[in-house]
Amino acid sequence: MKIHEYQAKTILAEFGVPVPRGRVATTASAAGAIAQELGGTVVVKAQIHAGGRGKGGGVTLARSAQEAEQAASQILGMMLKTHQTGPDGQLVKRVLVEEGMAIRQELYLGIVIDRKAGLPVIMASSAGGMEIEEVARTRPEAIVKAHVDPAMGVRGYHTRKLGYGLGLKGDLLKAAGEFVTKLYRAFEAKDCSLAEINPLVITGDGRLLALDAKMSFDDNALARHPDIQALRDLDEESPLEVEASKYNLNYIKLDGTVGCMVNGAGLAMATMDIIKLAGGEPANFLDVGGGASAEQIENAFRILISDTNVRAVFINIFGGILRCDRLAEGVIKAVRALGVRLPIVIRMEGTNVELGQRMLRESGLNFITAQGMKDGAEQAVRAARGA
Amino acid sequence: MSILVDKSTRVVVQGVTGKEGTFHALACREYGTKVVAGVTPGKGGILHEGIPVFDTVADAVAKEGANTALVFVPPAFAADAVLEAADAGVRLIVCITEGIPTLDMVRVVRALLGQGTRLIGPNCPGIISPGKAKVGIMPGHIHSPGRIGVVSRSGTLTYEAVGQLTARGIGQSTCVGIGGDPIVGTSFVDALRLFQADPETDAILMIGEIGGTAEEDAAAFVKVHVTKPVIGFICGRTAPPGRRMGHAGAIISGGTGTAAEKMAAMRKAGITVVKSPAEMGQAVARVLPSPPARPGVTRGKASAGAGKSRRRATPPTSQGGARRQGRSTAKSRPR
Repeated sequence: MKIHEYQAKTILAEFGVPVPRGRVATTASAAGAIAQELGGTVVVKAQIHAGGRGKGGGVTLARSAQEAEQAASQILGMMLKTHQTGPDGQLVKRVLVEEGMAIRQELYLGIVIDRKAGLPVIMASSAGGMEIEEVARTRPEAIVKAHVDPAMGVRGYHTRKLGYGLGLKGDLLKAAGEFVTKLYRAFEAKDCSLAEINPLVITGDGRLLALDAKMSFDDNALARHPDIQALRDLDEESPLEVEASKYNLNYIKLDGTVGCMVNGAGLAMATMDIIKLAGGEPANFLDVGGGASAEQIENAFRILISDTNVRAVFINIFGGILRCDRLAEGVIKAVRALGVRLPIVIRMEGTNVELGQRMLRESGLNFITAQGMKDGAEQAVRAARGA
Repeated sequence: MSILVDKSTRVVVQGVTGKEGTFHALACREYGTKVVAGVTPGKGGILHEGIPVFDTVADAVAKEGANTALVFVPPAFAADAVLEAADAGVRLIVCITEGIPTLDMVRVVRALLGQGTRLIGPNCPGIISPGKAKVGIMPGHIHSPGRIGVVSRSGTLTYEAVGQLTARGIGQSTCVGIGGDPIVGTSFVDALRLFQADPETDAILMIGEIGGTAEEDAAAFVKVHVTKPVIGFICGRTAPPGRRMGHAGAIISGGTGTAAEKMAAMRKAGITVVKSPAEMGQAVARVLPSPPARPGVTRGKASAGAGKSRRRATPPTSQGGARRQGRSTAKSRPR
C-alpha cells in the first residue's frame, strides 16, 4: 500500500527523522495561511502517489503567503500528469506547504527488502534527486549498500559504511548515522516495503533533512497496523480494483479486450500470456483464488463486465479436485443473474469435466467450451474479434 | 528415490483442526502419506479424524516420530509455527499459509540458517513425490510416478504443467512448489541442486514468474552445476510494471524482474525455454529419448528407463500412450 508524502513525513517525524516544517492543505486559502505561519519562502507540493511531480508542474516555490495561495489554487484540482500516472493524469486534492531552505547538497537514502539476500538493505548515494534505478544502471559504484539483520538492527558499522560512502565527515557523519538508524526503525516498526528519502538534503546551515519522503507498506502486514490502513487513499486506486479487493479478488485492469477469469496467480499470468500469443490482448489479470467458489465467480463476473472494453471472457480454471459440474453451475447462475451477453469461453480441468461441459452446452447461454488453454485462448481471441 | 518426501516421511499437520488443515490432512493421508500427528494448541489429547492431536510440535515429534511439518496456521501466527517446528527438531517444514508479513519471513529464514532445517514456502502448494508421499494441497490424482523433477513458484500453473506431463505419459519424480512470496525458504537453486543429485530424476521442468532474480540465479547455477536437461517457462510476459500480480513476489520493480530478462538468462545458460504455457509438456517430451515402441506400455513407464542425455532426442511421433491418469478414481471433493 502506498501513502502520500505528507503522511510519510508525519510517520517519520514520530520516529525522530528530521523533516521540513509544514502542513497539508485542501484549499488555497488554507495553503496561504500555512505559508503565512511558516514565514519566508515556502514550497507548495501536489500530493499524489505518483512520482515525477516536479517535472509535471506539481511543485512551486512561493515567496509570500499570497504567492503560496495562488500556487495552491493552480495545483489543487489539476490533473497532474507524470511518467508514473496514466495518460489522463491524477486529480490533485491536497497540497503540502513546507518551509523553503538553502540546499548545499542532495543525497539519496532508501530502504527496501533485498530478496536475494533475504534482508532489508539500506542504500545511499551521493546522486540525490535521481531515480535510484537510473543510478544503478549508469553509475552502480555510486550506491553504497548495507544489509541489516532485523535481529540486530542497525549497527555502528552500517552507519559508518553508509556515511563514509557518502563522503560525510564530523558532525554530518554523526547526524547521518542517527538519520539512518531512525529511518530503519520506522521501516521495521511499520512493516514497510519501501522507505525512500530522495533527496536527503544537507541544508545551507549544515543540517540533514528529508526533503521528500516515499513510503509503501507490506500488504501482508497491514492487519497489524490499523494506523497505516487508515492512511489508504481510495482516490489513488482504480475504482474497479477497489471493488474487487472488497471480495478478496486479485484484479488488475489492463487495456485489452479479452477478459480473463483464472484460479491462481501463476496460471492467471500464463493465461494473459497465451492470449497475447494467440494474437489478442488481455483486458485484465484476475485471480479468483484456488477454490473458485460460486460466490467468487459471480463477483468476478460483475467486475469483468463493468470494463466496457471487454468483448469476450476466457475462464481458465485448473481445479484438480474441484468439481467441474459445481463450477459450471456457478458460472451459469452468475451469467443468468447478471445477464451477461458476451461470448464466454470456458476451459476447465477437474473431476466430472464432461458433465460440466454438457451443462454449459445445454444451458442455452453463450458458452464455448475449450480443450486445453491454447484452444481456449484462441477461441476467446476469435470471439473478441467477432463481437 | 525422489527428493524431500518419500515413504519415510512422517507428517505433523500444524493447524490440523481448522477447515483447510482438516481437508488437506485427510487428502494427504488418502494419497498414502503417513500423517502421524496434528498440532492445535489447546486441543492436545483428542483424536481428530483418526489423527492424534498434540498441543505442541515437540510432543508430536516425541510421541509419533514426526519428521516433516505441514503448516496451515493463519498468517499472523505462521512464523511462530515454523519456528516451533524447527525448534522441535523437524528437518523439513512445508508452509502452505499465504499472506505472512515479509519481515516475519526475513526473521524466520535467518533463524533457520545453520539449523539443518529446510523450509519450503510459504505461500506454496507443497511437495509431492508421486506414488510415495504428498505433503501439500495439490490434487494427487493428476500426478504420476516417473523421472521428471518439477519446481515452480506457482500453484495452479504447476498443476497445469503436471497435467500436460501426465497426459503424455511422462511421470514425475518430485514436484516442489517453492512459493510466490518475495522471501521463501527454498530457492530454485536449492531445488535444482537436489534434482541434479537425485539418481531418479532425468530432467527438470522449472516454472518461474516475474519479480526478483531467483530465475537468473537459477540460470547461473544450471550453467555450472546442472548436467541434466532443464526446461523452463516464465509467466507474466504481459504483466505491467509496478503491479503486484497476485503473488506478493510477482512484481516488476524499477525495470527489473521482467520475464524477458529471465528468459534470456535461462536461454544463455542452456535451458530450453518455452514461450507458451501450453507447450511445457511437449518441450519436456522433446528432451527425453524416445521410448521403445512396445505395445501396452505407457510412456510413463518407458521413460522411467530413460538416460541422461543432454542432447535433444527425436521428438516422439505418437501420442498413443497419452492418457489421463486417475480421473475415474478421483476424490470428488471441492477445494
